[in-house]
Amino acid sequence: MPKLTIDELKKMRENSRKEIYLREGNFRGKVTVHMGTCGIAAGAREIMNSFLDEIERRKLTDIMFTTTGCAGLCSEEPMITVEMEGSAPVKYCKLTNEKVKKIFNEHIIEGNVVKEFALGIGSERVG
Amino acid sequence: MAEKKRIELMVCTGTGCYAGGAYQIIDGLNKELESFGLRDEVTVVATGCNGFCGQGPLMVVIPDNIFYGWIEIKDIHHLVEEHFLKGRPVKRLMFKPPEEKEPLPLLSDIPFFKKQLLVVLRNKGIIDPEKITDYIARDGYLAIERVLSSLSPKDVTDEILKSGLRGRGGAGFLTGKKWEVASQQVKTPKYLIANCDEGDPGAYMDRSVLESDPHSVIEGMCIAGYAIGSTNGFIYVRTEYPLAIKRMRIAIEQAEEYGLLGKNILGTGFDFEIEIREGSGAFVCGEETSLIHSIEGNIPKPRQRPPFPAQEGLWCCPTVINNVETLANVPVIITRGAEWFSSIGTETSKGTKIFSLVGKINNTGLIEVPMGLTLKEVVYEIGGGIPKGKKLKAVQTGGPSGGCIPASMLDSPIDYESLQKAGSMMGSGGMIVMDEDTCVVDVSKFFIQFTNDESCGKCVSCRDGSEAVLEVLTRISDGQGREGDIEFLTELGESIKDASMCGLGQTLPNPVLSTLRYFKEEYDAHIKEKRCPALVCRNLIQYYIDPNKCVGCLLCIKSCPTEAIKGESKYIHIIEQEKCHKCGQCLEVCPPKISAIIKITGNELNNLVQLTEIISCKEWKKDHEYS
Repeated sequence: MPKLTIDELKKMRENSRKEIYLREGNFRGKVTVHMGTCGIAAGAREIMNSFLDEIERRKLTDIMFTTTGCAGLCSEEPMITVEMEGSAPVKYCKLTNEKVKKIFNEHIIEGNVVKEFALGIGSERVG
Repeated sequence: MAEKKRIELMVCTGTGCYAGGAYQIIDGLNKELESFGLRDEVTVVATGCNGFCGQGPLMVVIPDNIFYGWIEIKDIHHLVEEHFLKGRPVKRLMFKPPEEKEPLPLLSDIPFFKKQLLVVLRNKGIIDPEKITDYIARDGYLAIERVLSSLSPKDVTDEILKSGLRGRGGAGFLTGKKWEVASQQVKTPKYLIANCDEGDPGAYMDRSVLESDPHSVIEGMCIAGYAIGSTNGFIYVRTEYPLAIKRMRIAIEQAEEYGLLGKNILGTGFDFEIEIREGSGAFVCGEETSLIHSIEGNIPKPRQRPPFPAQEGLWCCPTVINNVETLANVPVIITRGAEWFSSIGTETSKGTKIFSLVGKINNTGLIEVPMGLTLKEVVYEIGGGIPKGKKLKAVQTGGPSGGCIPASMLDSPIDYESLQKAGSMMGSGGMIVMDEDTCVVDVSKFFIQFTNDESCGKCVSCRDGSEAVLEVLTRISDGQGREGDIEFLTELGESIKDASMCGLGQTLPNPVLSTLRYFKEEYDAHIKEKRCPALVCRNLIQYYIDPNKCVGCLLCIKSCPTEAIKGESKYIHIIEQEKCHKCGQCLEVCPPKISAIIKITGNELNNLVQLTEIISCKEWKKDHEYS
């Protein structure tokens, strides 16, 4: 390891930031894959993988990716919830890899809800 | 396949969790992740102390921020399958406040973390302390970069002076002022020492800083070295902190490799080297001049000041000694500015302070709070109150040099001046919470025993004075207290303060003086009535079996090591006081639903029924049913 100069240190800081971006918690949006037994059986893992691929491919560091249990609509699985900063969460259902790509492009990157795949906007109320 | 890291498991490997088996947990996690094929997606990171030591071994799941505590090896398979494979967080391992039914999944919802403000511990639980790139990613070495490229030594000192940063090790001297004095000295070379000789019982702030973020101390030292014109730094740490030393060594090696320490740092021409010096854990070495003697290889005894170390210190050269926590504050002050720093805290105490919150408190751990927070907020909100519904009696701050602050003064803010006014001190940040079952005479005796052991023996007032105080306190707790003892303790305490040369002697009477000030009636009870109200002092208490409750189960008889309990099955048991050694074993084994054994003190025994002959429980009941 050669000794760093100030410029090299700056560069290294930028690169290292990408390594730990998950820990910083500066997310602009959040994607939740529903992984109840129903979701897993319907292929939620594959959906999850294609999301992770998209995040990796685009080198995004401001989208939080997480998983949760069954959303209660087992017949509509695999499902995800996309929650972008400042707007209501959107649930997408019966997903395939192609649909994921489209949702990623249009909703997550450009900010437009893909209405044709959306199950509903908003969330249940917690009483 | 591209790397698709989606979860990071931040497992605490501070000394507490380490001892609790954190590395076994890490091994177990890696093994399970491997078998579920999740190694690419889920990474395990070994972090420094998370702070919530009472819950260890513990981890935080990133990015969801879910907190899991008290993890056992047997939980791991289930946890990995449920949460990391299927995405369903495991409630059972989440933190549940004692009175609540539902657990709090998110770290940010747990009251212990909510009121904290992290400045020094900004990287705790977020970085792997053994990885320099983690530190760099969190704006690490940004301050030294700025200092070396655009600030003069005077600019740096002025910035620290402006920030109002005061020493975090005890007396609270202005850090910038110390630097200024040292930088004005003509004599060279100059030295910088990071003081990590942390000796207060129950305190572990500095150790945790070294363990969880060693690079912040290195960076702080580089900046301090630059400001005072020193190229040599020492970290003085006790040998009994092996993990802190190990991580510090790794950090120094890495920093040297990256050109952030050593010759020509970042190509700017500034040289700075750091050496670790291990002390063998003498309390007096926390005192500046003793510490200097220890590094020089001499017997660690303090010397008269002035000249102050900043004028004449290590090998008679100008030397700045800063506490580890003080130094870890420095890089943040440079990157975020003195103005930002001085906006935190009170008029005279700026920034935050780390405390180790221990004793009779629900949430034991390491906390960092803004100066000026009240003791009440610390004890009840962060600490979660006193266990088992007991009442708070006092909070002891500042270790053996500090004092007890009574529950009635809980609203006083935590800052240098308020604590001093209350008869205690900030010290390095130990905070021991005491409940109603704590006897103040016993506590004072404990601390004086400690300082008496640790006194270097140079000053008569400290060496023999502590001996005399200890003798009187022992007498009082043995029930041999005499009229005039309190006056004697007060007078002697004041004399020790006046006549001792270093901080150890000057502060050692504090635990006694502060308890005499707030709990005089308890001393009186010991001396005049031979009573220990908290039921602690062995010679003043008795164990007693209530004949109305005893069912004659023999448990206490079997447990008594001195065979002081007589009785037979279904016959009321009787403790023979002259044989009893007051070990309390009988009280431990008596079943809670019976609770026949109680502790009493003073002459209470005279007011209770004292059986001489054993009598069957049945007979006793018959005789006393209608009475």
